[in-house]
Amino acid sequence: MELLMIAVIGILFGCGTYLLLQAHLLQIIVGLALFSHGANLALMVSGGLKRGGPPLLTIGAPYADPLPQALILTAIVISFGVTAFALVLAFLTKQVCVSNDVDELAGG
Amino acid sequence: MIDQLFILFVILPVLTAVILFAIGPRSVWQQRASLAVVALLWAFSLYGLVHVLQTGIVVLRMGDWPAPYGIILVADVLSMTMVALTMTIALAVTLFSLPTVDRARQEHFYYPLFFILLMGVNGAFLTGDIFNLFVFFEVLLIASYALMALGSDADQLRETNIYVVLNLIASAVFLLGLAATYRIMGTLNMADLAVKMQAQAENPLLTVLAMVFLFVFGTKAAIFPLYFWLPGPYFPPPAGISAFFGGILTKVGVYAIFRTFTLLFRHDPSFTHELLLALSAATMLFGVLGAISQMDVKRILSYHIISQIGYMILGIGLFTPQALAGALFYIVHHVIVKSALFLISGAVQETTGTTSLKALGGLATRSWFLSALFLVAALSLAGLPPLSGFFSKFIILQAGMHEGRYGYVAIGLLGSFLTLFSMLKIWNGVFWGADRAPTRPAGLRPLLPGVVLLVSLTIGIGLFPSVLYRVVDAAAGQLTDPRVYIEAVLGPQTPGSGILPAERTSQ
Repeated sequence: MELLMIAVIGILFGCGTYLLLQAHLLQIIVGLALFSHGANLALMVSGGLKRGGPPLLTIGAPYADPLPQALILTAIVISFGVTAFALVLAFLTKQVCVSNDVDELAGG
Repeated sequence: MIDQLFILFVILPVLTAVILFAIGPRSVWQQRASLAVVALLWAFSLYGLVHVLQTGIVVLRMGDWPAPYGIILVADVLSMTMVALTMTIALAVTLFSLPTVDRARQEHFYYPLFFILLMGVNGAFLTGDIFNLFVFFEVLLIASYALMALGSDADQLRETNIYVVLNLIASAVFLLGLAATYRIMGTLNMADLAVKMQAQAENPLLTVLAMVFLFVFGTKAAIFPLYFWLPGPYFPPPAGISAFFGGILTKVGVYAIFRTFTLLFRHDPSFTHELLLALSAATMLFGVLGAISQMDVKRILSYHIISQIGYMILGIGLFTPQALAGALFYIVHHVIVKSALFLISGAVQETTGTTSLKALGGLATRSWFLSALFLVAALSLAGLPPLSGFFSKFIILQAGMHEGRYGYVAIGLLGSFLTLFSMLKIWNGVFWGADRAPTRPAGLRPLLPGVVLLVSLTIGIGLFPSVLYRVVDAAAGQLTDPRVYIEAVLGPQTPGSGILPAERTSQ
């Protein structure tokens, strides 16, 4: 299971890198969103994956580590906020600079 | 009791920001409250620094959960020095912002955003938990994105896009590094990490972690070869913002390198710190070469940030108590002088409308006082005695000589020589010669208090370097012996738990 998740993380980062290298700002932002998904999954795997273990101390032996879940929650909120900001910024850039193409922006 | 008040460095800015958001952007209280809160925090940060120097490390446990389980703030001498420095710059920048921030920017929440930025910066300096370091990084970054884009002209938006994308990549890698750290070490509390990493010093994965974090913090600190983003974003925003970004924001990355490479990654200095040395040399050299080729005051100053970050990294790469003290001395000096120079360039921009060397000239005939302020700050940046820059470079380079690293010392000297050259270029282009600069009807006098504060500080440090040296020496002492930090956070350690005050042997 963990190997599968690690493969998924790798695929997410691979796709994200491909999108980052595209010319359009929106594609870049989607690429960054994939990056943050990959990183969040990595946080989840970092605590070890197991089934049927709620993160409660009172129930006895096989309980899950609650810390990675708390970390992911924080990271998701942050990446949500930053992605929203990046989208608005791209929108504003489109309005002010009349282009969302990175090459054209760099030239202007 | 007084220890509990250290939470104010994080809480008070965020409270102020919320109140300023609430009272409406047109209120006159935006300016008054900002100045009052910043002045209060500034005074308290100086008091806090003295307190930490006298009584040792202050540890705050949120909700009184024992470390390593709860969230903690740790104020050691290094942290408090950085906080005091941040608040000093914040005070100067606020003084400069009052007359220069235009109506439109104020109505789009300039002051609340600035306080959120302050919260993030202070939190990043004070946290004792590497995941919270990530969180505070994000807080300060998102505030900085907004401040950078505020005003929305085409240049600003373009540069902000680059800055946002770059920092998001670094953040994703930061998260990956945290996930890997948690997987390998099972903790994210820095003191606990230090204990566990020392116990597993043979684990080859530690060096991998070190490199991941070096990439992340190196991107934020703009060290070679990750500095390519820096000159752009600092150019278009108003000078107050450039001054704070140029002075403090890159130094948050440098602080993170200091913290991690003195506390956590000290298992194999012959690889990690040797690499830092090589990177520092390249950073010093390429930054200053970039500065020489520029023809705009703010761009020259931005490239100099890169070169000077090289000196700080040189100190951590040498990894002796004296080198660390020198690097900290350098940070204090650099932040003060660099912000002063950015504010001066802002004053030039306010009164003439440009910062291009080709369009300016002869400002010395208009204001001898502004020119004198620039000259003092510029000579200090280049490292001429008796200003603060001389002592900071002297201490680092002397430490380099002790270690027998003559090549790096030579590069450092070459760097300061070229710095002097480009400062004289600004002097010739902006202040010297016939008065041919355009005029704008803005008054110069209200812009000066913040600049005067910072320039008198650099003169003060130059006249009484021993005062500051005592502070940075205490900080370096705590950095060289991580036991002090670990025991302050986790309580007394059992003897033989493997925490050695490992000093680097000279090679």
